Amino acid sequence: MSALAALIRRDIRIALRVGGGALIGVLFFLTVTVLMPFAVGPDLALLSRLGPAILWLGALLASLLTLDRLFTADHEDGSLDLIAMSRTPLELACAAKALAHWIAAGLPLIVATPVLGLLLNLDGTATLAVAATLLAGTPALTFTGMIGAALAVTLHRGGLLLAVLVLPLSIPVLIFGVAASQAAISGPLPFGTPFSILCALSLASLVIGPFAAAASLRHGLD
Amino acid sequence: MRLSGQNLKCVRGGREVFSGLDVSATASEALAVTGPNGAGKTSLLRVLAGLLVPAEGSIALEGGDAELSLPEQAHYLGHRDALKPALSVAENLSFWREFLGGKTEDAGRCLAAVGLDHAAHLPAAYLSAGQRRRLSIARLLSVRRPVWLLDEPTSALDAAGQALFVALMRDHLASGGLIVAATHLPLGIEARDLRMGAPA
Repeated sequence: MSALAALIRRDIRIALRVGGGALIGVLFFLTVTVLMPFAVGPDLALLSRLGPAILWLGALLASLLTLDRLFTADHEDGSLDLIAMSRTPLELACAAKALAHWIAAGLPLIVATPVLGLLLNLDGTATLAVAATLLAGTPALTFTGMIGAALAVTLHRGGLLLAVLVLPLSIPVLIFGVAASQAAISGPLPFGTPFSILCALSLASLVIGPFAAAASLRHGLD
Repeated sequence: MRLSGQNLKCVRGGREVFSGLDVSATASEALAVTGPNGAGKTSLLRVLAGLLVPAEGSIALEGGDAELSLPEQAHYLGHRDALKPALSVAENLSFWREFLGGKTEDAGRCLAAVGLDHAAHLPAAYLSAGQRRRLSIARLLSVRRPVWLLDEPTSALDAAGQALFVALMRDHLASGGLIVAATHLPLGIEARDLRMGAPA
């Protein structure tokens, strides 16, 4: 257990230092959301209708942007070899890395949501709903994105490939995330139905992601 | 303790690197793997470390901890130093010490042993190539593992660093460890020679 805790601590520490990925994700999220009202125009009703979708899209793209370094950095400096050789199962090490990534890069997106909600004319309930769905849904984005990151580990500049690989897996998360937010804001669906499916997607990806990522890393090491 | 690999064959990118290779090393013995560039020295070490799957043959470690596999009882010192530039020297070492687990030594003493104790708080980004190598060697000391798999261990080390590393290898062998090292330069300790052929 202490090995996993050490891995999580190290990854969070690197992400928060200069040149780490944590700040880049939030800044990208901020850029996308700030630009959107200027592109859509000053129609407040339209903005608040689009708001949840814009926030979700921004969060999805921000998490894709930071995920491509998840394994590449460790592969380039040889750390991945030592992690694969160690007494910690590779599946658990992958899960720990994804968890660290989510804490460092996913949580700040959720914290930033209330501020960005103001720019999109979302009221308190709507912002809270979007933040809740992001909290439930971003782990799914990280843990499915990890599979793509593991597949792209041996490729230089695999970032775009990662986005294409992960796209089909992230579409259900996006659909139910936005559906749950809309349900909380305007109905007619109860909030619980799409939100439960969103939670189920996250839980399933928590289980499948580490195994799929570890399998593709073992295959890719050479 | 005895490390043995029999009839090993390694294929990379559709090309046969070596085949029919027998390797063996016993406790307190060093095996120096030599040969021209491209002969498969690094591939052999990576096969022994479990990072490459051999196309044929088998590898066994007799007399080690029966609960653990060979890679879990081995240190691998590769071309790449496995250091994070954003972390300090001490943070890099203590991460590997905690992550690799098992019997550990005091991190400060390991840094002192490789002559890096004065730089403990410096980010690893500012280290020279030789200092990075010294820090990787400190990793071998900080966690006790009986098998050392070394790939060009003395590259980038200065004369004092090489002498220091020779002494550390002697200590490791004296405490019953075994070493397999791929090298172009003489190791500086008595070692059995395993000569690998020219590239096919």
